[in-house]
Amino acid sequence: MKSQVKNLCRLFALLLVLPTMAFASEGGPKLDLAPKEKFSDRAALQHGAKLFINYCLNCHSASYVRYSNLKGIGLTDDQIKDNLLFTGEKVGDLMRIAMQRDDAQVWFGAPPPDLSVIARSRGSEAGSGADWLYSYLRGFYRDPSRPTGWNNTVFDKVGMPHILWELQGDQVLEAEPAAAGGEHGGAHAAHAAPKLKLVKQGTMTPAEYDNAVGDLVAFLVYIGEPTADTRKQLGVLVLVLLSILTLLSYLLKKEFWKDVH
Amino acid sequence: MAAEKQVTTTGLLGWIDERFPLTVMWKQHLSEYYAPRNFNFWYFFGSLALMVLVIQIFTGIFLVMHYKPDASLNASGVPVAFASVEYIMRDVPWGWLIRYMHSTGASAFFIVVYLHMFRGMIYGSYRKPRELIWLFGVFIFLALMAEAFFGYLLPWGQMSYWGAQVIVNLFSAIPLIGDGLSIWLRGDFVVGDATLNRFFSFHVIAIPFVLAGLVVAHIIALHEVGSNNPDGIEIKKKKDPATGIPLDGIPFHPYYTVKDIVGVAVFLIIFSWIIFFAPEGGNYFIEANNFIPADPLKTPPHIAPVWYFTPFYSVLRAVTYPLFGLDAKFWGVVAMGASVLIFAFLPWLDRSPVKSIRYKGPIFKAAITIFVISFIVLGYLGLLAPTAGRTLAAQIFSVLYFAFFLLMPWYSRMDKCKPEPERVTE
Repeated sequence: MKSQVKNLCRLFALLLVLPTMAFASEGGPKLDLAPKEKFSDRAALQHGAKLFINYCLNCHSASYVRYSNLKGIGLTDDQIKDNLLFTGEKVGDLMRIAMQRDDAQVWFGAPPPDLSVIARSRGSEAGSGADWLYSYLRGFYRDPSRPTGWNNTVFDKVGMPHILWELQGDQVLEAEPAAAGGEHGGAHAAHAAPKLKLVKQGTMTPAEYDNAVGDLVAFLVYIGEPTADTRKQLGVLVLVLLSILTLLSYLLKKEFWKDVH
Repeated sequence: MAAEKQVTTTGLLGWIDERFPLTVMWKQHLSEYYAPRNFNFWYFFGSLALMVLVIQIFTGIFLVMHYKPDASLNASGVPVAFASVEYIMRDVPWGWLIRYMHSTGASAFFIVVYLHMFRGMIYGSYRKPRELIWLFGVFIFLALMAEAFFGYLLPWGQMSYWGAQVIVNLFSAIPLIGDGLSIWLRGDFVVGDATLNRFFSFHVIAIPFVLAGLVVAHIIALHEVGSNNPDGIEIKKKKDPATGIPLDGIPFHPYYTVKDIVGVAVFLIIFSWIIFFAPEGGNYFIEANNFIPADPLKTPPHIAPVWYFTPFYSVLRAVTYPLFGLDAKFWGVVAMGASVLIFAFLPWLDRSPVKSIRYKGPIFKAAITIFVISFIVLGYLGLLAPTAGRTLAAQIFSVLYFAFFLLMPWYSRMDKCKPEPERVTE
């Protein structure tokens, strides 16, 4: 019995290692790590909310999210009403947009996706969804061959223009020896850890911009699952109660089994 | 008029017992069902599987109250079915908990069932007189796979959609009737609203009925012949001459009910830890791709089934040779079906004089080890995109997987077994 349990433990250990082996074997674009500490930082989340509503929520909906969800990051009804509602929405309304999907199809080639769960959908072996978004929003560069004039290091031939351009400024792709294949450079770039160079600074310094994007990503993570905090807090309580149940049930079992020889 | 039934109970219970065998059933299945006293760790998973089934049914009832099987797009361009799942996650009070319990429960169900099956394999629980228990069990496993497959389409994410597309397309590999059959199954030329609605119907009505019926049959058959144990000997052979109770038997209630509660509590700790702290199960229980709404025009670069199907999916992909003028795909489907159904033949493949691994010889121990490794490696390979090397590995391990079963009639007879004890050991 003991050796069986031991073998089982080994089996589980092997199972735990297997996925990392799988991920190690697959390449993919290299992602920068999103600043995780912002996920629970209310000031950062509120700043992210402001950026999101000002810059994203014109073309992208977040149609499962309600403005009232912003109370979860420390805003009051009045703060939401005064600062974040512009066109007669109510606090309980969903974050929908006025742009017609048919128009968007024509303008961008595809309707911009709903962003409610974007942070949860972008996770891969290369990194979490937050890492992807953090790299993506910092990965725009000038590319005259694209209709919008912009390309992206983690999303090649992206249809979205660099909406935060005024904040960040202009980046260009540094010509690399490996990617010096002329016009195909962009396609290679996704795998060769491309280097970007800021040629014209926007209204923010690079550090300020990274910080702002970090806030925005933290907010996108938050709206991906507004109940996540409740979930984790409740989880601690549940595990404590279950531990007590385990102890009590074990003592009960021991008591009953006293007379089994 | 027939004679009044004689019952020993009085009051309300007596009134019921005169009309329904409540006390008789209580005794037969719990308080006077004598189970071997030497159950070990591996014997927790039967009761746990039953509990997970109950969790799935209860959470499922509440999910159906809010879920909408509708593939049409809402005003924001999101399929109604997909949006209704997010509605449950956000706007339905405690909906997130119910949904995570259900999604984690699906994977937990397969984990406990795989461990339960493994228990049966190492202790020979499928051997005479328990062949029917085992067969009902194999049917439960089949029903469970169908239930999981139908249920996985319902969130209507990219993996839901393309997983269903791939699996239904497998039927088109059947000669002559294949194409018509797959269209008939989908109710459309591609997976669409018709498919979603019929899968919903199967998932919440048809299969749960079958599953519940099979579980009852499984338990009735078990209680008819009695439980096996880690020693693989029959406790009914040594009875107390006065009472007729097996000397090594103890009443299921209270002994195993209190013991199983400990198992339930420990299981719930692990289960809750996943629900509350890692509900995606490391991208295995809820995949990132399934947070993208189903898009019939955008095929994901890599489609893999959920982890619990991957061992069999690997067997499917391992078959790369056409045979008798039929596609490799067709033979892959045949091999995949065989890799599941072959479990049903175990009672007749095993010719060992003993049941339990404790008294079986080195050949069986080596064989079951190779089998477990093959199962895990096939499962692992099934998660990955195929390459030439991986396909070769899948072929080798598929052969080993089948060899465990097909060579058993020979190696189980050749094996050097130890003598079984008279009474169960500690």
